[in-house]
Amino acid sequence: MPAVSKGDGMRGLAVFISDIRNCKSKEAEIKRINKELANIRSKFKGDKALDGYSKKKYVCKLLFIFLLGHDIDFGHMEAVNLLSSNKYTEKQIGYLFISVLVNSNSELIRLINNAIKNDLASRNPTFMCLALHCIANVGSREMGEAFAADIPRILVAGDSMDSVKQSAALCLLRLYKASPDLVPMGEWTARVVHLLNDQHMGVVTAAVSLITCLCKKNPDDFKTCISLAVSRLSRIVSSASTDLQDYTYYFVPAPWLSVKLLRLLQCYPPPEDAAVKGRLVECLETVLNKAQEPPKSKKVQHSNAKNAILFETISLIIHYDSEPNLLVRACNQLGQFLQHRETNLRYLALESMCTLASSEFSHEAVKTHIDTVINALKTERDVSVRQRAADLLYAMCDRSNAKQIVSEMLRYLETADYAIREEIVLKVAILAEKYAVDYSWYVDTILNLIRIAGDYVSEEVWYRVLQIVTNRDDVQGYAAKTVFEALQAPACHENMVKVGGYILGEFGNLIAGDPRSSPPVQFSLLHSKFHLCSVATRALLLSTYIKFINLFPETKATIQGVLRAGSQLRNADVELQQRAVEYLTLSSVASTDVLATVLEEMPPFPERESSILAKLKRKKGPGAASALDDGRRDASSNDINGGVEPTPSTVSTPSPSADLLGLRAAPPPAAAPAPAGAGNLLVDVSSEGPAAQPGLGPTPEEAFLSELEPPAPESPMALLADPAPAADPGSEDIGSPIPEADELMNKFVCKNNGVLFENQLLQIGVKSEFRQNLGRMYLFYGNKTSVQFQSFTPTVVHPGDLQTQLAVQTKRVAAQVDGGAQVQQVLNIECLRDFLTPPLLSVRFRYGGAPQSLTLKLPVTINKFFQPTEMAAQDFFQRWKQLSLPQQEAQKIFKATHPMDAEVTKAKLLGFGSALLDNVDPNPENFVGAGIIQTKALQVGCLLRLEPNAQAQMYRLTLRTSKEPVSRHLCELLAQQF
Amino acid sequence: MQFMLLFSRQGKLRLQKWYVPLSDKEKKKITRELVQTVLARKPKMCSFLEWRDLKIVYKRYASLYFCCAIEDQDNELITLEIIHRYVELLDKYFGSVCELDIIFNFEKAYFILDEFLLGGEVQETSKKNVLKAIEQADLLQEFQEVLGVPRNPSPDSLSHVMNILMSQCTK
Repeated sequence: MPAVSKGDGMRGLAVFISDIRNCKSKEAEIKRINKELANIRSKFKGDKALDGYSKKKYVCKLLFIFLLGHDIDFGHMEAVNLLSSNKYTEKQIGYLFISVLVNSNSELIRLINNAIKNDLASRNPTFMCLALHCIANVGSREMGEAFAADIPRILVAGDSMDSVKQSAALCLLRLYKASPDLVPMGEWTARVVHLLNDQHMGVVTAAVSLITCLCKKNPDDFKTCISLAVSRLSRIVSSASTDLQDYTYYFVPAPWLSVKLLRLLQCYPPPEDAAVKGRLVECLETVLNKAQEPPKSKKVQHSNAKNAILFETISLIIHYDSEPNLLVRACNQLGQFLQHRETNLRYLALESMCTLASSEFSHEAVKTHIDTVINALKTERDVSVRQRAADLLYAMCDRSNAKQIVSEMLRYLETADYAIREEIVLKVAILAEKYAVDYSWYVDTILNLIRIAGDYVSEEVWYRVLQIVTNRDDVQGYAAKTVFEALQAPACHENMVKVGGYILGEFGNLIAGDPRSSPPVQFSLLHSKFHLCSVATRALLLSTYIKFINLFPETKATIQGVLRAGSQLRNADVELQQRAVEYLTLSSVASTDVLATVLEEMPPFPERESSILAKLKRKKGPGAASALDDGRRDASSNDINGGVEPTPSTVSTPSPSADLLGLRAAPPPAAAPAPAGAGNLLVDVSSEGPAAQPGLGPTPEEAFLSELEPPAPESPMALLADPAPAADPGSEDIGSPIPEADELMNKFVCKNNGVLFENQLLQIGVKSEFRQNLGRMYLFYGNKTSVQFQSFTPTVVHPGDLQTQLAVQTKRVAAQVDGGAQVQQVLNIECLRDFLTPPLLSVRFRYGGAPQSLTLKLPVTINKFFQPTEMAAQDFFQRWKQLSLPQQEAQKIFKATHPMDAEVTKAKLLGFGSALLDNVDPNPENFVGAGIIQTKALQVGCLLRLEPNAQAQMYRLTLRTSKEPVSRHLCELLAQQF
Repeated sequence: MQFMLLFSRQGKLRLQKWYVPLSDKEKKKITRELVQTVLARKPKMCSFLEWRDLKIVYKRYASLYFCCAIEDQDNELITLEIIHRYVELLDKYFGSVCELDIIFNFEKAYFILDEFLLGGEVQETSKKNVLKAIEQADLLQEFQEVLGVPRNPSPDSLSHVMNILMSQCTK
């Protein structure tokens, strides 16, 4: 039993909760709950009217049951009844139930909205607040539609109580975040800014959150808030710790409000007005000064509140990035925190310093803390703190300390938590590449990575090392020697075999002079690993072998022997078998010249953004790799999606049927002399000395536009084909609809829900509703496989003039769809004027590396905007006559393709959208319908008549509308349905 | 703030407040995942962790964990103090609050939270003002019960109203 029961205790509720707590097992609990549910149901259904108290008690019990995690499917009506009770707690429980168990039943929503309306108009502040809390808690679009226009009025009304203003501000914020289009901007916005001056601190606290959100969306309209915010902040910061009474928290004046004001200022660049700026800088300095003062209390709440303001101040200083003095002071302050005994402060200092490291003013200051940070990486006991330390090391890395940082990170990798290994690997790989002064160090580092954490070295990392070695001839010999040595280890990671196989295949000749690494030795070393490797690696090794035949004719007989072995030629894996067969034939049929041409050394890879960097960005989300992108932040934000654009299937999925030997007929593109392209440029640039090192990174012109495309060295196509990136399919240029698109769309002419498309990979379901000229469509994309879809991008395209006829607003969906998962996309549709062609839906994604694309017709046809119209026979005939111009009528006589069933026909016509008019046509077999097509620009009245002829199994369909193309179009659409 | 969860050391959810629209299924999944993650952490660890694309801020009070999910830009330390202020509010209202108070008076815990945070943002930080709003509501109710159609008016509840009235007058 509870110790305290304030207000009114509900004894029955307390007893019930006790019962549940005393249940010994889950089964017992469920049994007790079911008993209670049955009891409540019978009370609600009983003929005896329940008094308010009982209703409240039962609704509260239902709520408790729901919050325990059980489904509740009744009681909504009783809760809604409580809303209109004049007893406060009954109303309050009603609202609580409604906001926790949001229901989409439209009748209920109407009743709820009514109750809220009444309370908002009641002028009783407690009731108004309850209603506002409910709107804010539900925050749905429906709530927005009903109230978004009223709340601004309440917010700025002179006679609103403070508490009402506070609730109204945050309620409006919630609605604005959910559906900004519903909140009308207007005269109130100017007045809302002045709430920053309000005498009531609570009102200011609530209003700042709303203003910040509005500023983010329309910075220019709210500029006036800067000076108001600065003066408010200044007053708080300079006030004595007791001035603000109850708004002082553990001797810190108004910490929440201060933090919010500092956040608001981060929506803008530094103030232009010198006086305002001066005052602000003074504030920031005061905060930094206060941090040095001895604490006024030993309580952690005091230091937390104080430091919350300090960290927000530092964020603002970093955001401005223009005051070197403040930046360095901030950095020193954070440096103190790096060794603080509070773990929380160390964590935040590491995090905050990460952003400081990217400022040119404070980068050097951050670097002075390198030893402390390395120490943190080694000694922190909390993995999330170690993670921050690794991030900071990554951010503070530059040429001067790269070797130290990379070696520390490599050392950390040996004991790092599994969860973050892959990320550390990526970071090491990026730093090693970016700051490589000599490329032997780079090659060593990557091979070390593979040795220490081979399992976490993703494809991108080892692809990248191959790209770089291929493009830099000064490191090729060293790379060949090093991988050869690495492969000598008795147990080496499969990734090492891949890198070794590829490099020796390309550059093994560079070390062949040494008898210790003569061609036969190289071959037998590689082949000793062959049987332990996966299919993909073995395939790569087979390609290495054919390259060996070209490089070292003396190995030809041995290798042909290997290729000829039954285990290769009759391998169960089709890829291996094909390679063995084709390489064997190539080596025996082709002349040395042809062989040398076909197996020419790989030309340099075109320079583009490091595939590893793209991968890290994908892993961490936008902004995460920004420290590396110095000066290119804007460009890189576009790139995150670009980096995973589908690549043409020829590169990533070699078709098993492609006949490689066919290439003999035409010289393979790769055989062409390497163009003086990016690769050569790279060599030229790097010969200019260390200053040119950034040249290794992407060149600005192409890097951010071009797509990521791993060289895929294991693929035979890539070996022989042009490694240059194939044409980007481009996002605008979508394919033509699949052949069955029309048929699929026609299924939806008379219905709104169903499965639009399905194949072995993907199912697309549709649910839609239309009202007047508006519609909402939900598309459900189901991944039918067990593999994640990547780069999943559905787009809606308006061919031709459709843009001006139909507005379709789509929400983005996640780029990944897990195996077996379903994602939903919402489309808001507005019919602007009559239209004939449907919009196209293009769906692209990558499945197991292979790009898939699909274009369908979206089932949005003009009849969806039908509004049925009832009319008497007389009216019908009169209008029919009015539409008697020949071009207003469209008629079609056609054979029935489905059984002629009157009920089915009726349902179809109703689904089509028109009203069915009885007793109009003298022949009862015939169907007559009427409706109005609603578009934003105009309305089109439509009359239709369908005459079945059962004997001939034929129909005659006649449409008359006020617009000629509409008549014909409707006639065609409808005729396909019978 | 995107949501706040209160759960016990045994992993029982005591209060859940969601400030972003999510399906019941998603809510359950998130809850399960987070309860597990937070309970697995050792006492001296830091109160913040990255989780999906959110930041989790949590703190343990006696047998209860208070756990908030905030966005990338939000301030961790001030969130920690949001939790503390909420605990203070509960404490003041119930009089040295314990987990049982929140179990048996869960609706009150929600009402207090609504006065303090709305739509995921701090609405009112003054302890006095928040509690005044709640107590006024209680008072309103008791008044109605005493003056209206009483439901077994016990001497207890009458004296309770008197006490509150008195305390209001002396403030």
